[in-house]
Amino acid sequence: MDKRAIFSGKALPYMLLLPQLAITIIFFYWPASQAVWQSFLLEDAFGLSREFVGFENYRTLFQQREYYDAMVNTAVFSSLVAFFSLSIALLLATQADKNIRGAHGFKTLLIWPYAVAPAVAGVLWIFMFHPSLGTLAGPMRVMGFDWNPLLDGGDALALVVMSATWKQVSYNFLFFLAGLQAIPRSVLEAAAIDGAGPLRRFWTITFPLLSPTTFFLVVVTIVYVFFETFGIIDAVTGGGPSGSTTTMVYKVYSDGRLGGDLGGSAAQSVVLMVIVIALTAIQFRYVERRVQY
Amino acid sequence: MSFMSRTGILASAGVAAMLAASPAAAQIEIQWWHAMTGANNEVVNKLAADFNAAQKDYKVVATYKGSYPDTMNAGIAAFRAGNAPHILQVFEVGTATMMGARGAIKPVAEMMKEAGEAFDPKAYLPAVSGYYSTAKGELLSFPFNSSSTVMWYNKDAFRKAGLDPENPPKTWPETFEAAKKLQANGHPNCGMATAWVTWVNIEQFSVWHNVPLATKANGIDGFDTELKINSPLHVKHLENLVEHQKTKVYDYAGRTNTGEGRFTSGECPIMITSSGFYGNVKANAKFDWANAPMPYYPDVPGAPQNSTLGGASLWVMGGKKADEYKGVAKFFAFLSDTDRQAKLHTDSGYLPITKAAYEKVKASGFYKENPYLETPIKELTNKEPTENSRGLRLGNLVQIRDIWAEEIESALAGKKSAKAALDAAVERGNQQLRQFERTVSR
Repeated sequence: MDKRAIFSGKALPYMLLLPQLAITIIFFYWPASQAVWQSFLLEDAFGLSREFVGFENYRTLFQQREYYDAMVNTAVFSSLVAFFSLSIALLLATQADKNIRGAHGFKTLLIWPYAVAPAVAGVLWIFMFHPSLGTLAGPMRVMGFDWNPLLDGGDALALVVMSATWKQVSYNFLFFLAGLQAIPRSVLEAAAIDGAGPLRRFWTITFPLLSPTTFFLVVVTIVYVFFETFGIIDAVTGGGPSGSTTTMVYKVYSDGRLGGDLGGSAAQSVVLMVIVIALTAIQFRYVERRVQY
Repeated sequence: MSFMSRTGILASAGVAAMLAASPAAAQIEIQWWHAMTGANNEVVNKLAADFNAAQKDYKVVATYKGSYPDTMNAGIAAFRAGNAPHILQVFEVGTATMMGARGAIKPVAEMMKEAGEAFDPKAYLPAVSGYYSTAKGELLSFPFNSSSTVMWYNKDAFRKAGLDPENPPKTWPETFEAAKKLQANGHPNCGMATAWVTWVNIEQFSVWHNVPLATKANGIDGFDTELKINSPLHVKHLENLVEHQKTKVYDYAGRTNTGEGRFTSGECPIMITSSGFYGNVKANAKFDWANAPMPYYPDVPGAPQNSTLGGASLWVMGGKKADEYKGVAKFFAFLSDTDRQAKLHTDSGYLPITKAAYEKVKASGFYKENPYLETPIKELTNKEPTENSRGLRLGNLVQIRDIWAEEIESALAGKKSAKAALDAAVERGNQQLRQFERTVSR
């Protein structure tokens, strides 16, 4: 069962690895190292003047109260989106996995939102929930609910959480469904014969057997929330009101691209990089141990 | 066969010779990057086409590069990569950033002089050219599309609320009173609103009341400027907005112009925003409407002063060849032509940039039919500009505006007092100014 290929020299294996290595170096290590280098510089937007300032960008960053606010927002936002997108997807997947009429149609429809671009998803949700133009905001106001995401930070956060969740549910749904279909029916049937109800079967058999999928999706969703929800936030709230939906990645964008503060923005992306690396490492080191393959 | 191929070779050699000869006679291309959409995009394309048809030496190529910030960032990125366009349209917020980058730009006055084009800085409306000039009066960028802040109001709603539609409120207290009456008569969610919250309530507000927005003539006289927007007048105004937000006599409509739709939809009967809203109102408002100058506080001595600009100007990027600059100079002279300016103004609603064009349109009686287009000009030229009303020039203004908006939002949401919010706006804004000062003065 030894699957190792034996190469006579060292040149060929390295040559075979070269394309992959080149891609990794050009598209990951090189830009990442640029970001690290940039974070030690103070520069004007045009690059006419630059000065090496050491850790000054980091010091300034950690003196900003807004940066800690952005961290808190990111934590709240990512846990809410991860929780809702995973649990809703799991619920939908378990239902779609049953033998119901039109299951195929439901499955297809549930996958659609994933194909919608983040900015478009954001705009769709604005159309529904804009305080004065939204189709759903009017009825909400009639019911006596003072909905105003333009001024109320909680409302704004709810809106971006809903949009981001809606978009990620499809992806998670697909993987959960595949995971469910891989669970042997015989195990479930045996449990049913032993008298286990549907809920008990789910929690003692299905859920543990799904754990590799769940683990994978948790990692993917966290990365999604950290980096890819930025388009939605930009379209829906622009980080407002008063910074209550500014996540760390959105701040990188607004300081760097809109504000031209490349050094400060680079410092933020380095911090973000460290956090994501740490999170992923923790997940693989501790969470994965409890996952049953 | 051999004969055929020989003629073929000869023919292609001839073509090659023609190609090689053509560059001498070829037009010089001038790249123009802009951010105009919809009807304004047509205006830009038509200007380029007209210029190209009017002469043979130069060809202006207009390219749409996205929103204002996108266009500016595209220009900056292209400059860093060494292939900047000749002409870059930059919104007024980016003025100080462009000015700070002296090595990246070619001052318009200097370019016109070197190219030998007739150029008289006095021909331009001072309120317009002053915004884009140095403290010494040297014009740095070419004013293109300019607007000012005006108060748009719904005449039908005024009649319904028992207000005189021909006599709109002039002061802030009158405006709030009118908004209360309007709210009680069919506009429960919004008596009045302002778009571009910081531009209207901080920038134009300061200028219109002749109070400093920042020291050093609002930054025009030096980058070592400090914000002054927590003065008692600023605090009083924000307190009024906060108080009326509670009852929705005033309703917050966001940081940009996205809230403007609430006026055309009929939801908000008063909307204080750019005069550039004209085209949209004309096309979409299904009611009788008008505009008026922005309100002021009557107890402020000297108010109303004059207003300042919004919109964008054309920056000439540095490091290009002399004959290319000649072409750009010719194009700017073409744009300044009185007849062309007059037509541009009446077609698009942009402000005219030369005094002659304004006088011409005025003499034609156009404003009798369309008084709405004259309101912003009257505001801009209301009085001779002072230190506080010449314009503003703050570095990192894109970020500073966001900071101000954040603090105003905190106050309106009741999280902070108006005074605390504006104090924080000054403190955080000053940090941005100091950072900008460091990067430009080295």
